[in-house]
Amino acid sequence: MGFILISLIILIGIASYFLGNLRAKNLRTSNQKNLKSLSHYYGYYVALWAVVPALLILLMITSFKSFFIEQYVLSDFIALGSYTETELSLLFTQIENTALGIKLFDENTILINGAVNKLNYINKTSENLTYVTVLGLSGLLVLYSLFNINNKLNSRKIVEKFLLVLYFTCSLVAIMTTVGIIFSLLYETLRFFSQVPITDFLFGLNWSPQRVFVREAGDLDTRDLANAFGAVPLFAGTFLIALIAMCVSVPVGLLTAIYMSEYASPKVRDWAKPIIEILAGIPTVVYGFFAALTVAPLVRDIGQGAGLTVSSESALAAGFVMGIMIIPFISSLSDDVIKSVPQSLREGSYAMGATKRETIVKVLLPAALPGIVGSFLLAVSRAIGETMIVVMAAGLNAKLTANPLDAATTITTQIVVILIGDQEFDSPKTQSAFALGLTLFVVTLALNFIALQVVKKYTERYD
Amino acid sequence: MKSIKIKADNLNVYYGEKQALFDVSMYMEEKQVTALIGPSGCGKSTFIRCLNRMNDVIDICKVQGKIEIDGNDIYAPDMQVEQLRERVGMVFQKPNPFPKSIFENVAYGPRIHGIAEHKSDLEEIVVTSLKKAALFDEVKDRLYDAGTGLSGGQQQRLCIARAISVNPDIILMDEPCSALDPIATARIEELMGDLKTEYTIIIVTHSMQQAARVSSRTGFFHLGKLVEVDKTETIFSNPSDQRTQDYITGRFG
Repeated sequence: MGFILISLIILIGIASYFLGNLRAKNLRTSNQKNLKSLSHYYGYYVALWAVVPALLILLMITSFKSFFIEQYVLSDFIALGSYTETELSLLFTQIENTALGIKLFDENTILINGAVNKLNYINKTSENLTYVTVLGLSGLLVLYSLFNINNKLNSRKIVEKFLLVLYFTCSLVAIMTTVGIIFSLLYETLRFFSQVPITDFLFGLNWSPQRVFVREAGDLDTRDLANAFGAVPLFAGTFLIALIAMCVSVPVGLLTAIYMSEYASPKVRDWAKPIIEILAGIPTVVYGFFAALTVAPLVRDIGQGAGLTVSSESALAAGFVMGIMIIPFISSLSDDVIKSVPQSLREGSYAMGATKRETIVKVLLPAALPGIVGSFLLAVSRAIGETMIVVMAAGLNAKLTANPLDAATTITTQIVVILIGDQEFDSPKTQSAFALGLTLFVVTLALNFIALQVVKKYTERYD
Repeated sequence: MKSIKIKADNLNVYYGEKQALFDVSMYMEEKQVTALIGPSGCGKSTFIRCLNRMNDVIDICKVQGKIEIDGNDIYAPDMQVEQLRERVGMVFQKPNPFPKSIFENVAYGPRIHGIAEHKSDLEEIVVTSLKKAALFDEVKDRLYDAGTGLSGGQQQRLCIARAISVNPDIILMDEPCSALDPIATARIEELMGDLKTEYTIIIVTHSMQQAARVSSRTGFFHLGKLVEVDKTETIFSNPSDQRTQDYITGRFG
């Protein structure tokens, strides 16, 4: 029904645009009235009155309808007073199913049959009522706004104001989502920290949430919890893999950027740049099996050839592939930044008798530094947040190690491990995922903050 | 008769298919100011950029003909372009200080050419150059502030200080005052009067008054050709070509 109703509202909107437009034109010619705006703005004005309030009301009705229907249908059961909240909602599902012709239980048949009738009745009535309310409101407002058109009304301003509100609302969506995510993370994290002390989480050296899961829920003692949720190995693993990735991507990316912006001929640029940027478009899971099936065995074979013990899943393999993956982030952004350094600075340097290399190292890179640092930090936060490659190539074993040839695991990987499959949502194991998520969020936020500060400092000095 | 510093012989310059300069031949005297005037797009900037081979930076640019500085062909294969530019400094239309401190801006040239052996030498070069560019008194308390924080006129004088820091023979100025207000322009012109005792100066300018004020010889370019070059008084009082006459009396351009 929603689709038909919305279509109807939109049709009314289109029709009322023409009505408003027409009426404004008529007023202008017949009564010699001096309208304040062009006539099509009056069309928009009427159309807005026709559509916006009707849609808002429809939204309100649909969001509150189910609650009232449930209350009404279950009123008999609620009156009995012997049901809990959960039982009531189960009962309502049962009634709904019965109404659809699926019979599962036959207890309380009389009451249920009564409720089913009520449900059918209220569904039909509410639908009719919705149609009448929404369409009636729309029609009334069209009439109201049509008669409102006179030479005192500046519809152009009103339309502008409406657009302002619309833009504001759209930006509010993103803001509210962010705030909502932060609060839900915070809430679950606080619940987690009420069971596991925050110091144990931040400084504990042992991460093995599986142990908690294996034991009966009743047996959990706090010492056990403390030993299971020490996140330091995860932080160390994340740091290690991100570091390896940066060691690969920073030099390669930066040198690529310099070549592309300063040395490559336009022809080379034309085909080389898109190919490099394709790297960023490859799904990370593809990188993942590339890392697991090609690079990790290679690393192991080379390591064994050199007489080292290398596990088949290694931080080095994952970090290396991740480094390849983030090359385009650094090269593309840095390339743009270096290219946007004014040509006059290049000429100034050449005119002083500097070579190309001297110009790049002493003038271009310092001038482009804020942007280059920005691209590094973007790449770091990408590396820290990356999951798939690590899951596939670096292992799941949370071992505290600084050896890049050993298996390692990261924060994101552990979140995946924790939340895969059926989980009870009030166990500390599940909640630890939220704590890890919040940690990740805080780290990324800090990185962004530092990036902003760096950029600000240098732009203050050099612009 | 002053001695001749720069000599251009049948210079032709092409940007891709388009020819920008046609058979330009002229000489410039040592320790004098030579002005190049002409309407926009007439090739005077292209010409001046041939003198320190700045056109090399542009891939599609091709230079034919001969330019000699002190009798040496600067387009000769064994000519090191970096050394050439050390001897032929350049100041651009828009002030272009590097995003570094005032000190580092002036120290840039001496550093890359290894002119100063000790830090004290470098400091001396910076101070002398700033003094010669008549900027030192204004910036002596903030040598380590950003060069880009100066006013437009100060930035241009900083660029002049940067150009003379490597002690060149010649300074090319490509419309150095076009982005400046009249007061800053007057200061730069005054500075040119001081600098010509030590340096050969070539200035491209749109302002005929400026050419008349600062230069001893003036060349008039039109549509890629050097129409006329002569003593400045002659060009402005008694030009031999009708086009020069038309241009300086404001009939076109």
